[in-house]
Amino acid sequence: MSDAHAGPLRHHFATLQQQKESATLGMWVFIAQEIMFFGGLFGTYAIYRYLYYAAFEDASHHLDWKLGAINTGVLICSSLTMALAVHAAAVGKGKQIAAWIAATILLGSIFLGVKVVEYKEKFDHHLVPGPKFHYVPHAEAARAADPEIDRHSQIYFSLYFMMTGLHALHMIIGIPLLAWMGWRGWRGEFSALYHSPIEITGLYWHFVDIVWIFLFPLLYLIGHH
Amino acid sequence: MPTQPITSETMPKEHYLNADYGIRSWLLTIDHKRIALLYLLSVTVAFALGGAYAVLVRLELLTPAGDFFTAENYNKMFTAHGVIMVFFFMIPAIPATLGNFLLPMMIGAKDLAFPRINLLSWYLYVVGFLVTLGALFVGGLDTGWTFYTPYSTAFANSNVVAAGVGIFISGFSSILTGFNFIVTIHKMRAPGMTWFRMPLFVWAHYATSLIQILGTPVVAVTILMVAAERLFKFGFFDPTRGGDPILFQHLFWFYSHPAVYIMILPAMGVISELVTCFSRKRVFGYDFIAMSSLAIAVLSFLVWAHHMFVSGMSVYAAMIFSALSFLVAIPSAIKVFNWTATLFRGSVSWQTPMLYAMGFIGLFLIGGLTGLFLASVGLDIHVTDTYFIVAHFHYVMVGGTIMAYLGGLHFWWPKMTGRLYPEWWARVSAVLVFVGFNTTFLPQFILGYLGMPRRYYAYPEEFQVLNVMSTAGASILGVGFLLPIFYLAWSMRYGRISSANPWPATGLEWQTPSPPPTENFPRTPVVDEEAYDYTRPPKEIALV
Repeated sequence: MSDAHAGPLRHHFATLQQQKESATLGMWVFIAQEIMFFGGLFGTYAIYRYLYYAAFEDASHHLDWKLGAINTGVLICSSLTMALAVHAAAVGKGKQIAAWIAATILLGSIFLGVKVVEYKEKFDHHLVPGPKFHYVPHAEAARAADPEIDRHSQIYFSLYFMMTGLHALHMIIGIPLLAWMGWRGWRGEFSALYHSPIEITGLYWHFVDIVWIFLFPLLYLIGHH
Repeated sequence: MPTQPITSETMPKEHYLNADYGIRSWLLTIDHKRIALLYLLSVTVAFALGGAYAVLVRLELLTPAGDFFTAENYNKMFTAHGVIMVFFFMIPAIPATLGNFLLPMMIGAKDLAFPRINLLSWYLYVVGFLVTLGALFVGGLDTGWTFYTPYSTAFANSNVVAAGVGIFISGFSSILTGFNFIVTIHKMRAPGMTWFRMPLFVWAHYATSLIQILGTPVVAVTILMVAAERLFKFGFFDPTRGGDPILFQHLFWFYSHPAVYIMILPAMGVISELVTCFSRKRVFGYDFIAMSSLAIAVLSFLVWAHHMFVSGMSVYAAMIFSALSFLVAIPSAIKVFNWTATLFRGSVSWQTPMLYAMGFIGLFLIGGLTGLFLASVGLDIHVTDTYFIVAHFHYVMVGGTIMAYLGGLHFWWPKMTGRLYPEWWARVSAVLVFVGFNTTFLPQFILGYLGMPRRYYAYPEEFQVLNVMSTAGASILGVGFLLPIFYLAWSMRYGRISSANPWPATGLEWQTPSPPPTENFPRTPVVDEEAYDYTRPPKEIALV
């Protein structure tokens, strides 16, 4: 019977290769689950956007597309630094892993900071759904196009907060995970042979970025053409 | 053919049950077999509780007038019965207990791919269960297990959010189980265990896991939307805020119809094992049974709207969903025909697990065929929300899943505990379950067809005879379910010691001692034959 924790190979795997393949497949299966999780919201979005297009287009103008674009850039950069961290792990440079992960965390935090500014602005303008919701159409003609724009724009903002909120929650979960990985990298726990925790954390981070890549045009850019 | 299971003089000296002692060794275990037993204990508690609520429901329906409970409390009773049975018993019952225990052994692995996530999944289940129970006990829940909007979001004065949070949490326990199974089946198979040498139980669990991974997150996010609507007045489903209540039903059934197959597919996997073993014959049509599991998993995602024929859908959508629903009959029938063909010219013996398997085939047949009635739009409109529906899904869920669960539990009990259950008592209880079940639910088909609606606490007097029959049957059924709790617990201490392979059956789980050692096999097995080869004598066990 094999000894419990001799090195990074866990007791129930035969080889490191098998362990690594399992971890990677596991993260992909988890991501499939995540896609279905966000899928419910994207499906809801698609239906209501189809039904209430005029209201959605008008409400979209209440978002600051410049801040959204900056955040998109920030997240893409964070994916780059994450990929560099994985590369550093693959060549076995522990301190470099920590440095790139620190950069990723910094970029992720900038993203969340911008998000806070945006949320506060919506709050100040009574655009948070609920009893205090008060909608002032962006375009004069919008109310003519959809007489029920007050109700329909509220659905838009419900979706906005739900989708970006859950996305932000995924980042808030991701950042401590990254910090833990950076710490382990700094302590030299990873090597060219064994670094699958970094890889699968990277997969997770890229997935969260990709969700935003879809959220940005769908929420911020309706009618900007 | 041996009609008596093979006993043994002594237990193995060291096995997973005595490898470590104390409450900590159980609560912090990462051994899939111990986690399976933790699950077994907790789903039994859920089953008992859900059953108790069913007793209250049947009690109220003994008389036409609403005399035991107020209408509101009656709503809470059937909701509690549904919520507990669906989310905390039926969904985890077979995968998290039998599946957890057997799946790694059947493919020759030492454990699941992620043992700690496996333990986490049990804790999520327990936390979710406690939160939901808290909601049910304090204030209750009266929406039915289906949480239909706008009642659940705008009108219900009960603990919708708390119950939803509990179900949300336990949903992740189900997701993690499926996640673990998929990776384990892909990456942990022993040398020589090719995909088409895997037992059909494993195929069925693979298909189940796909549904758990792809369906459960959708209901999770739907519950979040309901919670956001109740708490923050978001307007997804509330028509006064522009939302659409029917959208909730689409999202809900997108998971909850496939969830039915999360419950029945593992049961079908169990039956494939039982039928072959007690026919002493290779299963007929192995490939077809394996692929029909996958076909059911795929089709399960395409039929959800047959729950909504009267909710407000276009006629064309209803026709398409009706046609797709009929398709499910094909893979289901493939399984039933192949099991029957396996019996043909087999040396059939009638130990308890086989009694349950035969019960399953008969009852699932009725449950499945009445499903076709309900897939036909015209007939469905006549019986929607009547006791016909109630009878139909109990025939599939109780007559199908629970029969298979009990059959499987008896079949693998010697492997789990190292001891045999008392055969006579087990047969008595199997017969009681079968008789009690039919007496309970057969009258409900008639009641429903005559027009008795579900979820009402009072009914016209002409329905009383059939309702009394149903309640009487439920008492028999209750005894049938209680007996195993006692004699199985008794057998853990006083049962005769089982040999490693009491039936004797094929499959790697029988080629290791009973109960197995902590890492399942003294030596990693090497597989060189197809599954269910009953032409050869059972393999000797490699003890060193």
